[in-house]
Amino acid sequence: MLSYIIRRLLLLPVILFGVTFLIFCVFSLLSPMERLATYVRDPGTLKNPQSTARLISKYHLDDPFPMGYFNWVKRLISFDLGWSQSANQPIGEAIRQRFPATLELVLYSIIPVILVGIWLGVISAVHHNDMLDQTIRVTAIIGWSLPTFIFGLLVLFIFYGILGWLPPGRLSSWAQEIIHTAESFRSYTGLITVDALLNGNLAIFWDALRHLIAPIITLSYISWAYLLRITRSSMLETLRKDYVRTARAKGLEENIVIHLHAKRNALIPVTTVAGMMIISMLGGVMITETIFNYPGLGFWAATSAQQLDYGSVISFALLFASIMVIGNLIVDISYALIDPRVRLE
Amino acid sequence: MNRILRKLFSNIASLIGIILLATFVLIAVLAPFIAPPFSEDPYTIPRMSWEVKPQPPGSPMSEDIRQVYEFMGKEIKYEKALCGTAEGGYDIFYGLIWGTRTAFKIGIITVFFSMLVGLLIGSISAYFGGWIDEILMRITDIFLSFPFLVAAMVLTTILGRGLDKVMIALIVFGWMGYARVIRGSILSAKEETYVIAAKALGVKDGKIIWKHLLPNTIFPVLIQASMNIGSMVITAAALSFLGVGAPVGYADWGQMVSFARNWIIGSPGNAGGYWYTVFYPGVFIVLFVLAWNLVGDTLRDILDPRLRGEL
Repeated sequence: MLSYIIRRLLLLPVILFGVTFLIFCVFSLLSPMERLATYVRDPGTLKNPQSTARLISKYHLDDPFPMGYFNWVKRLISFDLGWSQSANQPIGEAIRQRFPATLELVLYSIIPVILVGIWLGVISAVHHNDMLDQTIRVTAIIGWSLPTFIFGLLVLFIFYGILGWLPPGRLSSWAQEIIHTAESFRSYTGLITVDALLNGNLAIFWDALRHLIAPIITLSYISWAYLLRITRSSMLETLRKDYVRTARAKGLEENIVIHLHAKRNALIPVTTVAGMMIISMLGGVMITETIFNYPGLGFWAATSAQQLDYGSVISFALLFASIMVIGNLIVDISYALIDPRVRLE
Repeated sequence: MNRILRKLFSNIASLIGIILLATFVLIAVLAPFIAPPFSEDPYTIPRMSWEVKPQPPGSPMSEDIRQVYEFMGKEIKYEKALCGTAEGGYDIFYGLIWGTRTAFKIGIITVFFSMLVGLLIGSISAYFGGWIDEILMRITDIFLSFPFLVAAMVLTTILGRGLDKVMIALIVFGWMGYARVIRGSILSAKEETYVIAAKALGVKDGKIIWKHLLPNTIFPVLIQASMNIGSMVITAAALSFLGVGAPVGYADWGQMVSFARNWIIGSPGNAGGYWYTVFYPGVFIVLFVLAWNLVGDTLRDILDPRLRGEL
């Protein structure tokens, strides 16, 4: 067990090296001039050939490839990520400011899916080939075929355009005013729903929630479809195992057989999938936030991409890749904790 | 093979999928007749007006556009925007028809090449094992460390706008799934007697992989490929939606949806008045992807006895 975790931890630097190296390769497709633009605050300085030449050598942008990589990583480690033209602030600051909004969105998207999605998947497997099973299956396929950006626009169209219930953005302007100006409102976590509750301000809590519901639905519906399918097929497979038959033959109640014997084993592969699901959500964040004008990291990344703000786009990719690498590590380790077969290997 | 075909046609879900696919193939093949192009490049959507505001289905071509076409000596092949116009006066109907070709092009090319790369890396990794396997699989892990859409977006942003750039980005970050699947199959197949026999006879490694191992292990990969076409088309469309994909005015469903973004809410007193800007391209994308998924899903059920309920 311990050796497995140690082996997994030793791999982490290798992967992190690979990730940064790959990004640097992509980044190097740009000319030194274009890369310089990601460090310069005032685009006007780029017009002067003398100062650009000086700056290019200052940032080591025309160094040979290995040295360029080395210097770039050195700057990364000291959090000198450059200047974001699209946000008009340093990239590190831009990320720090937008991170809580995205975290809030992702957290609220993951938790219900894992709780309810698994439950539905188990039900659908137990009722294999029944009407319910077929319905869930068809819904899953349709959900799988419906791209996030179309689904999201549909949600926006119905719940805001026609019904006017769920507005885009993160907060109404009155709530924003209170949060940014009122002395009495203290920010603890940056997650507005949590902060509002801690401050005992239910009106703001409700306002934040109202803005969150539509993005949450949009971000998580594919995961619903996905998790359901995996739980279902894993559960189906387990229900045919000999030990389940034995449990039934012993005369155990069906409920106990399903929940205590089959479900526990069937959920082992689901752990991995839950990890992958979070990954697919990280991609969906860009689309969801763009549709609903939700001021998080994804919205910023999409805007930066449109404005060819390369530095911001690269930093965004680095951040999301690091989150994913760490997420995968956690999934693998918890997998080993749950499944004795991995541990003993 | 016969059994598979019979199953494909007897299952309602896959039958719907096959019919849908056949329809799309027909639309793509007959595109020049259904929506005759005005200019030399058929993938440029003709504009029906200079208006920024979308025009409802059935609106005629505006007078000033007609003059432009006449001045350029172009023959005007049709005069009404059947499905309305998108933001900027682009004809939705034309974009739908020629967008079908774009979708097939993206789906088939990206899946074919990413499958090729995946097969190459996966089979080499599994067949030779040892440190080659270790290195290739760690490289695969590294590529898998990026959310697909984020990686594709970064590469497209850096390479610049254009459909070819989008396809390159999708291939560069799309091969890992194939590599893993084929590696798993070959790992178990390479212990079989026929492979050992071939090795004992002194057959070259490349030939063993190509002639013996791949034909016996490629089927799961092909199923994965058929399911993957839909998601590649979605990702390409998503890139266009984010504004980094095909150039403006290119016949591409994703871009047409992105045109709709600013209008979806409607104007005051006219909630949902511009429904057609998102409805038609949306329906085309969903049906296209659904068709591939229905066929792929049935194929998987047929070939995976564990899910068939026959064991």
